[in-house]
Amino acid sequence: MQLYGVDIASRLLLGTAQYPSPAILAEAVRASGSEIITVSLRREAGSDQHGQAFWKLIRDMGVRVLPNTAGCHTVKEAVTTAQMAREVFNTNWIKLEVIGDNDTLCPNVFDLVEAARLLSEDGFEVFPYTTEDLVVAEHLLQAGCRVLMPWGAPIGTGKGLNNIYGLRTMRAHFADVPLIIDAGIGLPSHAAHAMELGFDAVLLNTAVARAGDPPGMARAFAHAIEAGAMARSADPMEARDMASPSTPVLGKASLA
Amino acid sequence: MKIIVNGQSLDVTATLLDAALAELGYGEARVATALNGKFVPAPARAGARLGDGDRLEILAPMQGG
Repeated sequence: MQLYGVDIASRLLLGTAQYPSPAILAEAVRASGSEIITVSLRREAGSDQHGQAFWKLIRDMGVRVLPNTAGCHTVKEAVTTAQMAREVFNTNWIKLEVIGDNDTLCPNVFDLVEAARLLSEDGFEVFPYTTEDLVVAEHLLQAGCRVLMPWGAPIGTGKGLNNIYGLRTMRAHFADVPLIIDAGIGLPSHAAHAMELGFDAVLLNTAVARAGDPPGMARAFAHAIEAGAMARSADPMEARDMASPSTPVLGKASLA
Repeated sequence: MKIIVNGQSLDVTATLLDAALAELGYGEARVATALNGKFVPAPARAGARLGDGDRLEILAPMQGG
């Protein structure tokens, strides 16, 4: 897959929050085979300097970072956070989140489109966290986005793919745009399903970080995503309502 | 002079942003800064003058999803 002209082999993008320890995070990233991890920016307290230790940890991992604008609720907040992230992480990539509702963490798609336009004009390569709404998606592309990241379900819920019809429609409508399922994934089977539907990749965090064995779950996701992608390439059969015998009827003995 | 650093009221003697960062212990740290809600790129810090009551945000890499 190509994301803004960069070849990426792994179809799993992994978040870095909520792990039991930095060492387990690093082990989970290695186990996942991910080439892209998401990161954030938060206030640094002068005395503890946690951020500096985290910066060293992610540099040592040797993977590409995708900074986010998590927690931003306005265009101004998101754009300013993106500008600060570009300087700190030295990348034009930005996972653009503009939250519209605190209970569902549903994106505010109106402000999302506006922020995407401003950031694209400023040279950013925007990965917008959006819904499966086709009209919004079209506006994001017009705003300069060349990747779209529809949610599977609200962030942190682990519910899987909430709107299969909507996601299937989105895949069919934007056949040539890299589409990454972002958020809501709880199990490897959810991720495999996303890949079977033809999505290019899956971005997840909580499902691995909150598992009893994060590196083990990271491996499970890596296998599931590979299996789903292989299945998609192998052209799955169509489902049907009525049974159809798989064993040939011709030549069956007359034993009744 | 009192400024608000990451939401906390602090006394600083420096009047320019780069000097204030050093005074606050961020001299070599990998951080990004915003003054009164506006991003101040690292090369511009030396020219960013601080005033009493200014709000300074100092952000660093952190875990994120």
